[in-house]
Order: sequence, then structure tokens, then C-alpha cells
Amino acid sequence: MNTQKIKIQFTLNNQETIITTYPMKRLIDVLRDDLHLTGTKEGCGEGECGACAVFINGELVNSCLVPIIQVDGTIVSTIENFASDFELDRIQESFINNNGAQCGICTPGMILASSALLMKNANPNEQEIRTNLAGNLCRCTGYNKILDSVKEASKLIRKK
Amino acid sequence: MKKFSNLRRVEGKSKVTGTALFIDDLNFPDMLHGITVRSPVARGILKKIHFDPSINWNDFVIVTAKDIPGQNIIHLIKEDWPFLVGERINHKGEAIVLLAHHDQQKLSEASTKISFEIETLPAIFTIDDSINKKEIIWGDDNCFKKYYINKGDIDLAFKDAFHVFEQTYRTLHQEQLYIEPQGAIAAYNELEGITVWGSLQCPYYVHGALTNLFNFSNEKVRIIQSETGGAFGGKEDYPSMIAGHAALLAYKAKKPVKLIYKRAEDLQVTTKRHPSQTTIKTAVDEGGKLLAMDIAFLLDGGAYATLSEVVLSRGTLHAAGPYFCENIRIKSKVMATNSPPNGAFRGFGAPQSIFAMERHLDNVARSIGITPEKIRTINFIKRGQTTATNQVLDEKLDFDSLLSTTLSKLKKDTKKSKHKHIKSGIGIATFMHGAGFTGSGEKYLASVAGIEAMDDGKIKILCASTEMGQGRNTIFAQVVSETLGIDPHHILTPAPDTLEAPNSGPTVASRTSMIVGKLLEHAANGLRNTLLAAGLIPEKYTEAKFIQALKIYKKKYGTLKSFHQYKQPEHIKWDDQTYQGDAYPTFAWACYGAQVSVNTLTYEIKVDNFVATQEVGRVLNRKLAEGQIEGGIAQGIGFAIFEKAIFKDGVMINNSFTNYIMPTALDLPRIHVYFKEWNKDYGPGGAKGIGELPLDGSGPAVINAVADALNICPDTIPYLPEDLMNDMEFLK
Ligand code: FES
Ligand code: FES
Repeated sequence: MNTQKIKIQFTLNNQETIITTYPMKRLIDVLRDDLHLTGTKEGCGEGECGACAVFINGELVNSCLVPIIQVDGTIVSTIENFASDFELDRIQESFINNNGAQCGICTPGMILASSALLMKNANPNEQEIRTNLAGNLCRCTGYNKILDSVKEASKLIRKK
Repeated sequence: MKKFSNLRRVEGKSKVTGTALFIDDLNFPDMLHGITVRSPVARGILKKIHFDPSINWNDFVIVTAKDIPGQNIIHLIKEDWPFLVGERINHKGEAIVLLAHHDQQKLSEASTKISFEIETLPAIFTIDDSINKKEIIWGDDNCFKKYYINKGDIDLAFKDAFHVFEQTYRTLHQEQLYIEPQGAIAAYNELEGITVWGSLQCPYYVHGALTNLFNFSNEKVRIIQSETGGAFGGKEDYPSMIAGHAALLAYKAKKPVKLIYKRAEDLQVTTKRHPSQTTIKTAVDEGGKLLAMDIAFLLDGGAYATLSEVVLSRGTLHAAGPYFCENIRIKSKVMATNSPPNGAFRGFGAPQSIFAMERHLDNVARSIGITPEKIRTINFIKRGQTTATNQVLDEKLDFDSLLSTTLSKLKKDTKKSKHKHIKSGIGIATFMHGAGFTGSGEKYLASVAGIEAMDDGKIKILCASTEMGQGRNTIFAQVVSETLGIDPHHILTPAPDTLEAPNSGPTVASRTSMIVGKLLEHAANGLRNTLLAAGLIPEKYTEAKFIQALKIYKKKYGTLKSFHQYKQPEHIKWDDQTYQGDAYPTFAWACYGAQVSVNTLTYEIKVDNFVATQEVGRVLNRKLAEGQIEGGIAQGIGFAIFEKAIFKDGVMINNSFTNYIMPTALDLPRIHVYFKEWNKDYGPGGAKGIGELPLDGSGPAVINAVADALNICPDTIPYLPEDLMNDMEFLK
């Protein structure tokens, strides 16, 4: 990384953020190392597991594949933006109710992926949930309890 | 007694909000990063280490075997596994040099500027080459351990038997694939010694390894578990290695050092499930009754003994399955090869030998013209009968009912495919899994666990058992609160810290809920009795009264702790020499069934339905228990038809998530889980261990279904589309 550092400006979890760093530095490293937002996890570093998922301009992306230069001028949202400690989001609540998180390392990514799905489709069937979560690997659950969590969240969202 | 069987995961909130702190989420002031430089060859003698002069090495902390203050051996069962290569290299990827620096970029550049002068020696990579002593790479005969179990007289039984059938079955490596890679952080100062934070299953294994590594007294080493992102056995022995490396760097640097593996490195150098080769010869009568079983069970242990002998033991003790037979011989061996050591993976040898037995029974049934259900029904072991080790099973045991539950749920969903090229099939597997340590294991461990009352009236759990997603925190909180009759939110379940947590043994062997949970139940009763004796609570009390009593006691006497130590029940008898007796205090019993469809054009195998019925004593917490079973089955399906580790020079070369394929949400069916709760004599409230059980039967159930669909006989897993293609080409 012999290139010059550059200034990057973006909106992170509703806050204007400016950092000076190398253009090719991965978004995940900026989030975790520079900005101390460690809720975004690294499982593989190659775009396969979804543990590092974040939203950029409303799109779900794997932050281990995104050089920070691409983030300039965008709106980024991470798991830290989801709920304060006191008021859990309905998706998070459903994951707790249904044992959708076991070890918890895939969970932030799963919750973001579930939210991406439920924003598009508030009432997905089981196959649609499977398809939409296929980019998020979970080694603990066998996915049953994650599907149950998303279904319950979908119910809660529609009831609102 | 009020039950809290619906208690939600107590650390759930921190996990869904992303605030749970895993090892890579921890940082310390002035912390360095570490990296490991490894052997490029599988076997040889290290002559020299070259440091490229283009790098200013004074900038780096450098550690080699020469820097080790104590013993260069990871203390496990046999003392043969070095932290760092001294002279002999026994597998590719073995650690030789450790580096630390503030800047990770500089670190990874520098790590490529170290080279080695090595006198290469010929290496061996297969069980056969090891048995045939193509090279002697360990001891006199490459054999880490062997067992011999004999019951009855098999030679006599084989003579004049109606039908004798012999076949060999194989299973290959499987990676645990916890989604959080391995890692540790170490810090050192003269006063306190070494402190390590790590993603790990067994704090006291790491503690033992580090006291030896530094020649430190017990108080000078402290191990603290960080939130652990999956383990499945993979974080049983290997964390001692990483913790040791981080600690050596921190000791030399006098600064904290973080050592986190990248996924590719983790896949290449950490332990995997032992590859196996099982040859089974059986004799049956006209009706299919088993008259004799002769089983040869072989494992590939890799380059060092590590946990192999106990993995072999469990595989051996499960090899004959849940079937009654008068004449059984089991011979087993685990052999050395020049690969990274294979280690613990959920099931611990049993999934390998059970795969062989469950495939074999289907093969025998087919060759004598009876159904897979029939051959099992005829041979199921029953209450009062004896296992291969002559253990008399004395509990309710009704395999027919497990089988019929599974079959009824399975058949209901069966739809005949409309497409001619899609063939569907059904397969079952019946099996058991011994809960807790084998034989006298628990007796020697003599685990201790306890609880402590805090000033604010809360109760803290003190034990070394770890949470890794399986639900230790929740189950312990539930057991203690049920025993004391107070709400679970009064129970604190901190991660183990060896400074205060007594050694409740490793978090392995499906023992945590059953064995340690029971110790906590005793400890809680002890604490209540103390308050009773002090006259602070009556026999019947309210929660408020109890909490008030705790506070008063604390004020008056300072501390209130209660511990309990495991004592083996008198009736459990085991002989380590002859391998005879009560191999396990109890077993979980199960029948799993799979329905698959196989596309004969694309060779794709899809599991359409999976049913798992098991007897596990009291189900403490249904959603947690189901989660364990479902997750284990997903791993078992992966073992059977997805996860192929490709090895070259003794190491995994498809070492990424792109090439090593674990099942996604799209690859799995809904898994249907049914519990029977017959025998409640064991753990807290009557629970048995369940953690490993689901891995044992899921692989063979799926492969038996594939065999049923196509009338073929797969004998090796993983069984991928290319393997199916080869078998079908062969049949043409
Ligand atoms: S860490 Fe980004 S997809 Fe796995
Ligand atoms: S909960 Fe452990 S990987 Fe999903």
C-alpha cells in the first residue's frame, strides 16, 4: 500500500464521517479498526460468508469486498445502527425468541440480510427466505431457527 | 419446582446487537499483531533460517524455538506436539518462526522474507503407507494407539454361518468450519505473568500448555475465554498452540500481542475430523440376525498424537452400533501421517465408525433380501442385554418406537417425482452416543463447579465450561434457578477465567449439561442448605426472602460459595486394560431418516426431508435442544454430500469458503426433530448429553437414501456429484 492516503467522506449510521486512509483499504477494516465498530464480523474475507454484511445506499453488500474509495459519498449502515440496547428491533427480538443466534458470529450479517429481505417482501415464504439468506453461512443452526426467526419478524412487522 | 424450559438464550441480546466481544473485537493499548511463518515441506530437518537483509529486522519481535523458556511441547496426552519446530519437521505448515509488529501490512511483507534451509525427508500421507511402514515417522511402528475388544467367539460363529458379508468403508477429512477463525491475545508482565484471551473450548488445557511452555507456576498463567464463534471440537486442542504463540511473542515484546488466523491459514493448519477406514465382516442367519461382527477400524491421526487416542477410543466403542450380538471383535488403530494433526470434531470418531456400520447393515439387508428396517428391528439391543464391552444396558430402550416415529414422519412427506430422471429414496440410521467421558475419564477428571453469592443478591456461576453457541450459559442459569427456586435473571454466567473458575473439565464429549449441570445442581442445593442451616430461610421460601437471606449471610460472614466435585457412582465399572465394562454412564438413543432426490442427469443430490427422533432424558430447554440437533444434522449432511477437503503434500489445498462447500440455507431441507424423554436418571433434572449425537446418524441416513434411490452402494463419504457420476458410469 504505497499509495497516498486520501480523504473519504460518507454517512455512517446517520452520522457524517470523514476519514483519511488508503483508497484500497477494505470497508470492513475501516469500520472495525479505524472506527471501532466491531459488530461487523469477518468470517472469510472473500465474499462467501456474509458475516461482514452492511448496507451501502440501502443495498446489502459484503464489506470485505469493498475498497473504501467506493464508499465515498454513500450512506452506510451497520448492525450498530439497528437498535439501541433498550429497544430491540423486531428482527433482533425474533432471533432471541427463536434461538436464531447460537454462537452469534453470523448473526449481525443474518439480521441485516433478513432486514434486506423483509424490506423487499414483508411476507416471504420459507423458500424465499432460504434463497435470500443463501449468501449468509451459519455453521451452528442448520438454519431452521433462523427461518423461524425471520417468519416471526415478518409477522410482527405486518402487525404493526 | 418451577421450570424455566422456555428460557431464552441469556447472552442473546449481545449477539443480535453485535456487541458480544469475540477475540478479534478486543484491543489493548500498544498492542502488536502476530504472524506465523511455516514449513514449506511435509517432512525434513531444519538446518537454517534466513532473514532477508532487505528488511530491518530490529523493527520486529522474532521468536523461534530457541526463545522458549520452558518445554517446547503442548501438554496433552502423549507429549510429542511442539509449539515450534526445533529440528524435525513433521508436516507442511508446521510453525517455525513467529513475528510481531504494530503494522499488519509490514508484518505480512516481512513474513515472506524468511526462508529455510531444510534437508527434505520422504513423507507419507495415507493410512496404508503408515501401516506398511513405508517410512517410520512416529515411534517404532507409526501407531499412536490401538484397542482390542473381544466378546464371545467370533471364529466359531463365522464357521457355518448362513451368510457372511465383508466390506470396507471410508470417510475423509471434515473441517469444523466455525465461522469465527481461531485467535488469541496474550499479555505479559512480571508480576502477574501471562494472561491470554482466546476463542477456545477448554481454558484449563490452554492453562496446562502455557505453564509448561514457560515453566511458570499455576498462578502465573491466566486464561480468559472470549465470546467464541463456534468450535465443534476445533477449538479443543488447537487454541493451546495459538495461545502459546501469542504468549511467546508477548513475553518477548513485553507488549500485548494479537494473533488471529486468516481463513486460509486456519483451514490449512488446524485440526480436522480424522479420515477413517473401517472393514466390517458380519455373519447373519436366514432371518438376518447378527451372529458375529468382526470390525477393523483405522484412523489417520496426522503427524502428532494430540487427542487421537481418545478419538479412536470413542470411535471403537461406537463401532458395533446399537445392536445385540453375542460375538464381536473390534480391532482399531490410529496411525501417523505427515499431515497437521487431526483432532476433535463433534462426534469424536463415532460418526466415522457409525457411518460404516449403518451402511453395512443396509448392504447386508439387501444381499439377503430383507428391508433396512427389518434387519435393524431384528437386531436392536434391548434393556438387559450387553454391548460389545459387556456393559449391561439398564434403562428403557425401545428402538422400535424410535424407528416407527421416524418412519411415520418420513413416509408422510414422500412424493414420487414427476420427472423420470429424478429418483427419490429413503434411508435410515439407528445409533447411540455415549454421554460424558469414556470409561474412567470422568473419575480421573474429578471436575469441580460451583456458585457464589454476590453482594447485590445475584448468584454467579463458577466453572471452566465454555459457551460456544451450544447454550451453556442458558442451561446453567436454568438449572441453578430451578434448583434454588428463583428467577433466572438472578443468575450471572460469566465466561470462564481461570483466576476464579475451578476446573470443571473441558467443554467436550456431550458432558457439559449432563455432568457439569449436575454439579451445579448439587452446588445450588448446598448453598440453599447453608442458608437453611443458618436459619435465614425456611423450608418453603419466596424469591424475595431468598435474595434477602443471601444478602444477610454475605454481610455477616463475608463470602458465600458452594462447590461440588464429581464422584463416579459406585455402580459404574470400567477396566481400562481389557476395555470391558460400562463405557459410558448412559447413552442417547436415536433413529434418523432422510429422503433424497437424485438427478441422474446433473448428478445433483438433494435432501428433501430429514427426520430425527431421539431419546435424551429430560429435554431441559426445547429450543436450545432442537438447535443443537438441527445444527449437528446440517454438519452431518455436509459430511455426507458436500464437504470435501482436498489434500496435497498432506495439507488442505481447497482452503477457502469458495472451494470447500458447507451447506447454505438453500441446500438443506427443514429438519424435523422429535424427542422422547424416557430415562431421567442422569444429569440435572434428568438430562442426558446431546451435543454430538446428531452428527453420528445424519451422514449414513443420507447415503442410505441415495443408495436406495439408485440401487448403488456408496462406501466413501463425502459423496459428491462427481463420485455419483463415476459410480453410475461404472454401472452402465
Ligand atoms: S467476511 Fe466478508 S463475506 Fe465472509
Ligand atoms: S450462530 Fe454460529 S455461525 Fe450462525
